[in-house]
Amino acid sequence: MNLTIAGMTFQALLGRRRALLLLPMPVLLIGLTLIGHLTGAHVSTWGPIVLGQLGLGVILPLTALIVGSSVLGLEIEDGTITHILAKPLPRSEIVLAKLAVAWAVTTVATAVPLAAAGAIAGGAALAAGVGIGGAVGALAYSSAFLALSLLTRRPVGMGLLYIILWENLLVSFVSGARVLSVREYSTVLARGISGSDALPALDLAPMAAALLAAAFVIGGTVLATSRLRSFRLTGETS
Amino acid sequence: MTVPTSNELVKPTATTDPGAGVTVELAAVSRWYGNVVAINDVTLTVGPGVTGLLGPNGAGKTTLLHMMAGFLDPSQGTVLVGGQPSWRNPDVYSTLGLVTERESMPGYLTAWQFVRASAKLHRLSDPDAAARRALAVVELGDAVDRRISTYSKGMRQRARVAAALVHDPSVLLLDEPFNGMDPRQRLHMMDLLHRMAGAGRTILFSSHILEEVEQLSGTVQVIVAGRLAASGDYRHIRRLMTNRPHTFLINSSADRQLAAVLMTQESVSGVELGANGLQVRANDFGMFTRAVAKVARAEGIRLTGVMPSDESLENVFSYLVGQS
Repeated sequence: MNLTIAGMTFQALLGRRRALLLLPMPVLLIGLTLIGHLTGAHVSTWGPIVLGQLGLGVILPLTALIVGSSVLGLEIEDGTITHILAKPLPRSEIVLAKLAVAWAVTTVATAVPLAAAGAIAGGAALAAGVGIGGAVGALAYSSAFLALSLLTRRPVGMGLLYIILWENLLVSFVSGARVLSVREYSTVLARGISGSDALPALDLAPMAAALLAAAFVIGGTVLATSRLRSFRLTGETS
Repeated sequence: MTVPTSNELVKPTATTDPGAGVTVELAAVSRWYGNVVAINDVTLTVGPGVTGLLGPNGAGKTTLLHMMAGFLDPSQGTVLVGGQPSWRNPDVYSTLGLVTERESMPGYLTAWQFVRASAKLHRLSDPDAAARRALAVVELGDAVDRRISTYSKGMRQRARVAAALVHDPSVLLLDEPFNGMDPRQRLHMMDLLHRMAGAGRTILFSSHILEEVEQLSGTVQVIVAGRLAASGDYRHIRRLMTNRPHTFLINSSADRQLAAVLMTQESVSGVELGANGLQVRANDFGMFTRAVAKVARAEGIRLTGVMPSDESLENVFSYLVGQS
């Protein structure tokens, strides 16, 4: 792991105003969990909405999109990418360092608050379930959005289309679409690990979800590396 | 942090300069975007010393530099740096330094952090010493510990040059390095590039300003509209430029009379009487400028304006294209 690139990426990411966008979402998640918990209603009535639909379905992908599209995308946008690319480094090393930072930041901003919310709602097992499900989802999303930032000049727009159209709309109509939905993987894993009905029941088996998530991560990383290897500097010809 | 004086820098000995003599070679290189041709069949070799890549804006200089630097693939032909292709070959950066035209830098870092990070990414054995040496070359002084976001354009440029120099590259490519620099900074940068070239490095810089190239380099590659228009010694190219036909717009107290007299001059190839004065085509700049005042005085004609009407750089360049 290239610590120099990771360190600079951390600094760039957390030094920007965009990083403030990460704050309200975990606060909202834990706040709603506390309200649900204090009402005394059973967790199976509000858990699938707060932890499943909001936590794993909205907060996790949106955070991963903001972070994942920024770690390399912002450098491509402002041209500072050349400082890293003009070095004798394997491109996979650059991609892995960027992915590690995106994953770490997304996990801290989502999986950790999810685990805290799980602990409040249902104890240690639920905390472990949503925490691990969230962390796996964070890795798969980060990898996908990092690759997206090298495939398109509008990674945020394309990422939003994936989250809204694919994961939320298409999946409810076409059951086959869930095979390519990170939200499904994280939810299935969270439910499988926790054994709790605080999360929605889905068709996918936990092992299949884990394997598909791994394929997502590997696919995204390989794609990003290949694109970075052929990175072209354009738009400033004179 | 402290930086050493700028004289322990640009190391001229063979032992400290392992890659001296590295050349950049382009063979029949073309690059197009869709159906727009940016570079058209360019063949050139850049060897040790300072070489100027000269051409008007939009000529394709940046495209050419990006291809040399491995940031763009040629649509046709080969681009080699030290015998290796630069496209999809990160290893080439151990002998190559690049300063792009776009001045974006991570503003949240200090120049020291920025250059040191570059040294670490090059996996140098002593990144601190390398960063100190590179920063000493560009003489940023105490500003090295300030955030880059507080820097002027010239300071940013120097920090970028320091980062490009940190691994002591044998080939240095600079895209419009003098843009935004004040005269003192320009002189300093020119002196630096001269010293580096003196130590056996291959330095190529692009510019659209003739005078910059004249002051800095003996060898010039002129690019016009994607083609190599002229190549070689600057003095030769300068001669081509001064000997080319010039057009002047002349206003006088008796245009018609002056037109008749000018046509008898050997240095004049054509005269046209227009609404805003006389358009005179001269085939020898020096002879014509000496002759015009002389004949006007002899004829008792008062000259109210003598203006070269085609002195734009584009005209000079397009003349060169015609000659090549």
